[in-house]
Amino acid sequence: MSSSAAGSNTQPSTAHEAVGHGEGVISETEQARFLPRADLQILIRLLRDDGFTVVGPKLDQSAIVYGEITQVADLPIGWTDQQQPGQYRLVPRNDDRMFGYVVGPHSWKQFLFPPSAIVATAQRTGDSWRMSTPDEPSPRYAFLGVRACELAAIAVQDKVFLGGAYVDPIYQQRRASVLLIAVNCTQAASTCFCTSMKTGPRCKAGFDLALTEIDSGFTLETGSERGRSLALRLPLREAQAAELCDAEQGREEAERQITKQMNTDGLHDLLLGQLRSPHWQTVAERCLSCTNCTMVCPTCFCSTVTEVSDLTGDHVDRERHWDSCFNMDISRVNGVPVRDSVASRYRQWLTHKLATWQDQFGTSGCVGCGRCITWCPPGIDLTQEVWTLQQLARESGHGLSHEEAPEQTVEIGSGEG
Amino acid sequence: MSVTSESCVQNFDPWLSHPVRIAGITREIPGVCTLNLQFEDSRLASTWSFRPGQFTMLYVPGAGEAAISISGDPGVSSVITQTIRDAGNVTRSITGLGEGAVIGLRGPFGSCWPVEMCRGRDVVLIAGGIGLAPLRPVILQLLRQRDQDQELTLIVGAREPSLLLYPDQYDAWRRQGLNVIQTVDRADDSWTGGIGVVTAVLDRIGLRNAAETVVMTCGPEVMMTYAIKTALSRGIPRELLFLSMERNMNCAVALCGHCQFGPHFLCREGPVFSYRHLRPLMRIDDL
Repeated sequence: MSSSAAGSNTQPSTAHEAVGHGEGVISETEQARFLPRADLQILIRLLRDDGFTVVGPKLDQSAIVYGEITQVADLPIGWTDQQQPGQYRLVPRNDDRMFGYVVGPHSWKQFLFPPSAIVATAQRTGDSWRMSTPDEPSPRYAFLGVRACELAAIAVQDKVFLGGAYVDPIYQQRRASVLLIAVNCTQAASTCFCTSMKTGPRCKAGFDLALTEIDSGFTLETGSERGRSLALRLPLREAQAAELCDAEQGREEAERQITKQMNTDGLHDLLLGQLRSPHWQTVAERCLSCTNCTMVCPTCFCSTVTEVSDLTGDHVDRERHWDSCFNMDISRVNGVPVRDSVASRYRQWLTHKLATWQDQFGTSGCVGCGRCITWCPPGIDLTQEVWTLQQLARESGHGLSHEEAPEQTVEIGSGEG
Repeated sequence: MSVTSESCVQNFDPWLSHPVRIAGITREIPGVCTLNLQFEDSRLASTWSFRPGQFTMLYVPGAGEAAISISGDPGVSSVITQTIRDAGNVTRSITGLGEGAVIGLRGPFGSCWPVEMCRGRDVVLIAGGIGLAPLRPVILQLLRQRDQDQELTLIVGAREPSLLLYPDQYDAWRRQGLNVIQTVDRADDSWTGGIGVVTAVLDRIGLRNAAETVVMTCGPEVMMTYAIKTALSRGIPRELLFLSMERNMNCAVALCGHCQFGPHFLCREGPVFSYRHLRPLMRIDDL
């Protein structure tokens, strides 16, 4: 039977708990703590002793990805990433920073919403079937190195998987136990635009602990009761003024480095007024429909369940895999895909991410992490495409759908969906 | 907007299927059959209910799931009646099974037809092909709650006479007060009904008070689009036009993203919609 009844009181901090961490303001009570660089290993050990699987950044296949961390040496010490549309390169740093990179192709969603998971099982019993859902305990994760945009992405997926009438049991269980240790960005990539999406670069809420790395160690904030009790067990000392200053400068540097922007004013109505724009076809000429953007996106949630049967056919697992709106099969009805053109699929992705997501979940589906730009083989940049659509809309007065545009936007945005 | 059934949302794992046994199979038109299903777990049989327009996910282990609309009487709880057309691997697996076979069922899911809105109003139902299946529960309920003064009309269309769904039930419905008008694209020698598309019928039938007439339609999207256009031209207000949409439903609980139509998850806000909400979207190709 169902095993979805995981307790959820232990969810990491919510916004109200983090009140006081105003932008650029150093909270005197909370932030004046410091974890020396040599003692990060103690944090990892404590978490492991507490039964957590610690997941953090590590080098793999020429990228910084997320995987299990058992010791500080697993971290990408002395490495950074350089990102451009369609380009990602690892480059050595001239220091020994552990979190001196931006974001890689992985996101934490692969641990909370696994790329492949069994959602149900059928076992033949004589002339009938026993049908059940999994009841194994889910892994308890501690995420180490969560960026502000990634905290925002987790909050978005919380709405998707936990906010509706039906709750996804797999996500719910994993989310209930996860411990979030954020690490503030101290640098940004050319693809970052979290400031436009108002998700970063500063971690303000949604974490248990938040660190800011400087050369000698980490300044530390707590964002939840769990974070506070964990902090009490760490060999923290009072942060010196110079350390706090360095940390603040690092955070400010990240913000200064963000150059990419997306104007989100009126974007919902604008995009839905452009559903007939010829620009979708223009993008489609470059888009490979490869699904990379949706795989690396920390909020994309499309999935498909497939049947995995043993050789006798008597035991069948229903396996859920990540899917993508760029796959034709996702819209197949009676053998025919509804969205059979790349243009219609790109339009679905972009308008969902930036417009109809708001109707569905009360938030944008984009957190401005820039992964879809970096990992797009031809380097399609959604902020550029949005800018072009905005220009086209401006040139044509109210978009290309002529007199129908205002009506469309009004009705789609009515929020009764 | 049509009402999403809150009653169906229970606090269980949304992925859990319940075994149901095929208690009866009626072969309808070629490639279409109606199943009568009974829960293996008798406790479910006594508590399960649905509202007209809703669907379930039927599951053949090894083949997969398909979203199938419920075509039975909402007043009968002992058996779940669903009409299925062979359209793919899963539906073919289901229709290939015999009486006594056990399959899985999740649901019911989705929104329902505005049956309450029909009180005191005339009703025109427009069905194309297998689109009559999800309208059958509403027919049965409307006939039960019909008041003497109410005009109920069903316009049912098919490509040819042999493809009309439930033809042997039309006389019974007529006796209970439903004006059944049949029309086909191509007739044969024995055909005594109308010839032409359902919209042509809708265009000429008498409407006593168009402003107070509810229209519900289910069929191919293009048919529904023209049926709605015709209904509007007859003076039926947008708010009283309802249609049942079809998309690829995979999870049925708004978690998988497959069935999106603009801002809507068809499995949750649909399949039944007020035209007022879908109007701007229905003019967009490949949405």
